[in-house]
Amino acid sequence: MNDNPQGILMGAVRAVAIFGGIMTLAPMLVMAERRICAAIQNRVGPNRVGPMGLLQPLADVIKLLFKEEIIPDRADRTLFSLAPLLAFAPAAISFVAIPVGRDLQVADLNVGVLYVLAITSLGVYGISFGGWASNSKYSLLGGIRSSAQIISYEIAMGLAIVSVLMISGNIHLGSIVEWQAENGWIIFYQPLAFIIFLVAAFAENNRLPFDMAECESELVGGFHTEYTGMKFGMFFLGEYIAMIVMSSLLVTLFLGGWDPVFFDLPEGAAGTAISVLCFTVKLLAVLFLYIWVRWTLPRFRYDQLMKLGWKAFVPLALLNIVLTGIVVSLLTETG
Amino acid sequence: MTEENKNKPERPRRSWSFLLYLPAVAKGLFNTLLHILKLKGHKTFTVQYPEKRQEVRPGFRGEHRLKVDELGREKCVACLMCQTVCPSNCIDIVAEEAPWEDRDKRPKIFEIDMLRCIYCGMCEEACPCDAIELTEKLYTVSTSRAEMIYDKEKLLSN
Ligand code: SF4
Ligand code: SF4
Repeated sequence: MNDNPQGILMGAVRAVAIFGGIMTLAPMLVMAERRICAAIQNRVGPNRVGPMGLLQPLADVIKLLFKEEIIPDRADRTLFSLAPLLAFAPAAISFVAIPVGRDLQVADLNVGVLYVLAITSLGVYGISFGGWASNSKYSLLGGIRSSAQIISYEIAMGLAIVSVLMISGNIHLGSIVEWQAENGWIIFYQPLAFIIFLVAAFAENNRLPFDMAECESELVGGFHTEYTGMKFGMFFLGEYIAMIVMSSLLVTLFLGGWDPVFFDLPEGAAGTAISVLCFTVKLLAVLFLYIWVRWTLPRFRYDQLMKLGWKAFVPLALLNIVLTGIVVSLLTETG
Repeated sequence: MTEENKNKPERPRRSWSFLLYLPAVAKGLFNTLLHILKLKGHKTFTVQYPEKRQEVRPGFRGEHRLKVDELGREKCVACLMCQTVCPSNCIDIVAEEAPWEDRDKRPKIFEIDMLRCIYCGMCEEACPCDAIELTEKLYTVSTSRAEMIYDKEKLLSN
């Protein structure tokens, strides 16, 4: 893309800023999760470390860093150490294609949607390798469940996205947002696809009500039962970053990305700043929904999960595509 | 060939809207939102411990106290009833002759091992002289095991 040194420098600055942003957001999200969950359960939550407990995430990370790393006997040492990285890295690098503001992303990819989908799917390797390498039945079951779940819901998710692409007529994330800025948010055109995508995103991130991979009451900790210290921390952080990526994708595809609904963005840097702000607000709202749902709904049973994925969402998504296709072709023919 | 299982429980009929799940989900979300916003009389139950302390209900059974009478003498007559009844065997009494006219004995040593006590209150009920009672003190703390054996002075001053 940019071959001149200045362009490369600007790219580097953008990369650092955006990654710095999500790496700060992830621990804050953990904090927010604990406080919101506490509020839902009529508790207070962590409020001692720093003002209003805001330094709690820092304390947690320091604790994790200083914890002893234990590798179980007869575990596959290479895979065991590799797995947290494999869970963490895809989540982080898939964020590069997300337009966080007007013309502002780390890498402006023509096939943004495909890229994000492809890379986030790699996260499942981390989970299944972790489960396999731990040499523990709980980890193994957790890993197996989660790979099956992620693969199933990926289909529904992909199909839901297809109908979005049909409407906006583009696969470049920036252009999809621009289309929405002109014609209105896609959620109003595709409510069904939105719901399917939302639920599939919960499932992809192994969040409640679909946290089959962890499932504390059945599988101890699921795939990360045997992990300690910063390796566990990587899984944990990766999970939250994956959540941020999925929410960003949701905001970009359905909620108008950086588009501030009520007014047009001014030209220049001020407009970019406002667009970033809009994106952040929407992102935080979706993340709040994630947390809110987690502390409201009980966990699905495994067979219910699969049934919902294959028997409800895949056919619905297909139906949605057919309907969208008919409507789009009728409109383009007449108009 | 296949016989109908007569004991098979009937499946509950579920309406179409129930099977959509979404209405129920929305209801649940609304409910938890009320909890977050603390509407509808929800309140936070947490007590911020070192700054605030939980109120003790009347009748709470905490540390023991040996009572004294109007003349400032301990009421206990060392009858050993409490020691006998104590289910965890944590009261240790050594009697001596009382210097007063109205009773024969008084305790020379009266020790309760607070680490063994289960705060059942049997001692209080067994005492014929109403000499021992459980107070509402609940912070039984010390830095060593030896300190947890309360002697007569400690119990009298409790
Ligand atoms: S409260 Fe119960 S256990 Fe404790 S000293 Fe009295 S009788 Fe024994
Ligand atoms: S039962 Fe009462 S009077 Fe008897 S030894 Fe115990 S405290 Fe003293």
